[in-house]
Amino acid sequence: MDDLLAVIVAKYNYWIYVILMMIGFYAMIGKRNLVKKLIGMNIFQTAIILMFVSAGVKHGGKIPILNKYEVLKNGIDATQIVNPLPHVLMLTAIVVSVSITGVALAILLRIYREYGTLEEDEILEKLGK
Amino acid sequence: MKLLQERTQKQQIGQSLIIQTAVRQLVPFVQLFGLYVIVHGHYSPGGGFQGGVILGSSFVMLALAFDQSTSMRLMSERANVMLGNAGVLIFTGVAALCAIVGGLFLDYSALDAIIPLGPVEWRSFGIFLVEVGVGLAVMSIMISLFWDLSSAGEMDEGL
Amino acid sequence: MKALALIATLVTGVILLYGTMDFPAWGDPQSPASGTLSTHYIEKAVEETHVPNIVTAVLGDYRGYDTMFETVVIYCAGLVVISVLRRTKQKQPEKKA
Repeated sequence: MDDLLAVIVAKYNYWIYVILMMIGFYAMIGKRNLVKKLIGMNIFQTAIILMFVSAGVKHGGKIPILNKYEVLKNGIDATQIVNPLPHVLMLTAIVVSVSITGVALAILLRIYREYGTLEEDEILEKLGK
Repeated sequence: MKLLQERTQKQQIGQSLIIQTAVRQLVPFVQLFGLYVIVHGHYSPGGGFQGGVILGSSFVMLALAFDQSTSMRLMSERANVMLGNAGVLIFTGVAALCAIVGGLFLDYSALDAIIPLGPVEWRSFGIFLVEVGVGLAVMSIMISLFWDLSSAGEMDEGL
Repeated sequence: MKALALIATLVTGVILLYGTMDFPAWGDPQSPASGTLSTHYIEKAVEETHVPNIVTAVLGDYRGYDTMFETVVIYCAGLVVISVLRRTKQKQPEKKA
């Protein structure tokens, strides 16, 4: 029981983000409306971003914005500052996610203009399969 | 007060009087805050992308509270495209200028040969120039995405 | 159809949860993610660039290439939306009198 509690406290953030990822994944493959699939993809991307940022946290660490004059005089202890590299990579990932959502919404507008519906099985019927 | 409400209802664009007045008062302050976030990227959380989105959201607020033609009258489509192109060109231009003057691509300390400030200070100023370029590009794209998606291609009236 | 999707989701979830057993503990300062590269960025960023915000210094200077291509990506997304959604006015075919 003690061992199980130690494992849960060490890794519970990864479990929460895996559950969020699976919610988004089910929305992408299990729903029939195209807009709901797009929302599922957005949930999936958000879960991945949060998991990356939480993997770089240190116990008792401060944020990576320092005091310029103090650091130039003394040094800096790198185990007291949170890892800044996942923050940088995830900024790019957020911008890519916004671009993908914008382009997907434009394509959905064209599909609606052409077929008149946004349900997947009705579109497949109209295509004649 | 009753006169103002009747006049707003007769004009038939946009939302009620409260929302129109609040948006009209708030838009300059939102733009100032967006500019502050871009410029203070060195000393506080922020930078190019965040400030660009805040600047773009001020025009989106105008298009939601009033009509889309009001928003397009205040920032014309041509000016929007010019600002977006200028943003990307500033970024690539600064990077190529570093390569032309003598250093590597995106090596800001090589720009010391044009205006002598010191290589370490040029790195800080180069990051600032690049953030301004990124902020302009992101603002233009946010506005253009909203206008296109909300009016389904014909830019006459939106949501 | 929905039952099949639910089973696939549950199987993927169980495999991923089994994979998190190998991860380092949350908040460990000696984990391999906080290895040599990020220690170099934290220690050297202020004295090499005089910018107190380490995230902006890494984004604009050490990883400037990634930021340039990301700006190009969002610019291309704007171009694609314009080109997919605009309709040109069709010219009427000329009728012979």
